[in-house]
Amino acid sequence: MSTGQINQQPLLHNEQDPPAPTPVHLMELDGVGKHYGNIIALSDVTMTVDQGRVTCVLGDNGAGKSTLIKIIAGLHQHDEGTFRILGQERRLTSPREALDAGIASVYQDLAVVPLMPIWRNFFLGSELTVGKGPFKRLDVKRMKTVTKKELADMGIDLRDVNQPIGQLSGGERQCVAIARAVYFGAKALILDEPTAALGVKQSGVVLRYILQARDRGLGVIFITHNPHHAYPVGDSFLLLKRGRSIGSYDKKDIELDELTGLMAGGAELQELAHELADLGGYPDVVREVQADVDVEVTSAE
Amino acid sequence: MAILVDVPTLDERVGRRSVAQNLLGRPEVGALVGAIVLFVFFSAAAPVFLQPNSFATVLYGSSTFGIMAVAVSLLMIGGEFDLSAGVAVISSALTASLFSWYFSMNLWVGVGLALIVSLLIGFVNGWILMKTKLPSFIVTLATFLMLTGLNLALTRLIGGSVATPSIASMDGFQSARAVFANSFTIGGMDLKSPILIWIVLVVIASWLLLRTKIGNWIFAVGGDENAARAVGVPVRATKIGLFMGVGFCGWVLGMHNLFAFDSVQSGEGIGNEFLYIIAAVIGGCLLTGGYGSAIGGAIGAFIFGMANKGIVYAEWNPDWFKFFLGLMLLLATIVNLIVKRRAELK
Repeated sequence: MSTGQINQQPLLHNEQDPPAPTPVHLMELDGVGKHYGNIIALSDVTMTVDQGRVTCVLGDNGAGKSTLIKIIAGLHQHDEGTFRILGQERRLTSPREALDAGIASVYQDLAVVPLMPIWRNFFLGSELTVGKGPFKRLDVKRMKTVTKKELADMGIDLRDVNQPIGQLSGGERQCVAIARAVYFGAKALILDEPTAALGVKQSGVVLRYILQARDRGLGVIFITHNPHHAYPVGDSFLLLKRGRSIGSYDKKDIELDELTGLMAGGAELQELAHELADLGGYPDVVREVQADVDVEVTSAE
Repeated sequence: MAILVDVPTLDERVGRRSVAQNLLGRPEVGALVGAIVLFVFFSAAAPVFLQPNSFATVLYGSSTFGIMAVAVSLLMIGGEFDLSAGVAVISSALTASLFSWYFSMNLWVGVGLALIVSLLIGFVNGWILMKTKLPSFIVTLATFLMLTGLNLALTRLIGGSVATPSIASMDGFQSARAVFANSFTIGGMDLKSPILIWIVLVVIASWLLLRTKIGNWIFAVGGDENAARAVGVPVRATKIGLFMGVGFCGWVLGMHNLFAFDSVQSGEGIGNEFLYIIAAVIGGCLLTGGYGSAIGGAIGAFIFGMANKGIVYAEWNPDWFKFFLGLMLLLATIVNLIVKRRAELK
């Protein structure tokens, strides 16, 4: 995986124009479904991912977001529908296969091995080597240089690439993982709740790197339950609820308020307000929340 | 956000770490300090300790644990441990001895078969572990018990006794002894061949761990198995390979045990698995995986050898040995814990 991948880099870096929309989608899911035994985790989900665009997948806990990305990342296989990469129908059986197809995933909690140095994490699974046969060894010097340079290009300034990655903040770790995916020539980048565990500032940092990855021509799939994070960076939005798609919108067709309303599930919030009032919640505040919800529901409809 | 704020002051921060701080970050430092303290202590308490031949005996004692500690350290860095390692050494020796004796074959045939059996034991441990996803404690405890039973039962069934029949007069005995249980003199010290094998294994293991892909994978599968899998590390092959490494070292030690004498007691080896684990832990390997070094395991084995023989040279009651061992283990584990916290939460 060493030389072939690296030689592609200048191409990615020197790209002057935004990539022209290809007739073939980078990724295309059509009616994809998945069940575990008799539990339907996902059914009839259709989405497309294109170069240089950010596709947001939104949904509450248990909406099927994780199942969807696990199918795309090769951790699970779909039972229904078709999954095409660059027009070819595929069924990915391992994360390695997904990586080889140019799909890189950055997970919220398992992006990196905390006790290992940053440079080892950066090249983990795709190490650079020199020498032959039994004397084939890691090219430590080059890996350290490349790590430092790639991270600097993404705007991450590191004290020392030798420090354990666990010493970095959550946002920085996400960024290292994103930089890694970009460096290894990923065509598509899946980000699973990258901002979920982060503070406001750190989330902002991650959102910036999402846009950087997009500008480098990657197709980004951004999974989140926070419409305020999704809306500013997303080009299209897929909303999931209980394993089903409840809508798919382009940026021009939807406003942030509507997105929030759809996400929150207006009716459910209303019910919650009643319930809280019954339990002795502050009636004024509950009424206020209810009014907000009503507005959102009407605007969403 | 700190990263963005202090962009201009980039490289000054690197210089602030002193040599001492860098050194303290190494996994084997605690063990090294312990080894030096123990060495000075026994040199003062027992003048015999410093004589070349006593020191050679200490080294020999250390090597018989050190050979296994190499593989066990690597396995522990990979996040697993092997309770069957102690009896598997004996299983290997028994295989070589009984097979050659029963079929009256050249001993080298038995030695080859023992290698296959040892690697197979490692493979089965690793394979069951990866298939069932049970903790390695349970899986290897089961193989430990099964091997203990097999060692006793098969030895009595085939050889008719608890010890294997003598193989001293069989074909290949002298050449095998020359390989596995030789001795040579360097600088007035009468050194036995396991010491050399031990040093070679430590060098190979260190190189493997720090300078190859496989080493990177070992740290990764021990540090965070899921993260490793997600970036395409062959987790299953790495872990099975580590168990087979323990099998290989068990074979080396088993062959030494066999050819240093000419017979093996079938009930031996029980309890040694803990000594290997203790050597690895004293040497700075984290019980939870992802951190440690092969040299650390070697220093752990050396500490063990010094305490073991030093107590004898100091003419103390050897009953105290286990107490010291326990104390060292406790201290080493606490040091490791502090190291890990520093690394993770700084």
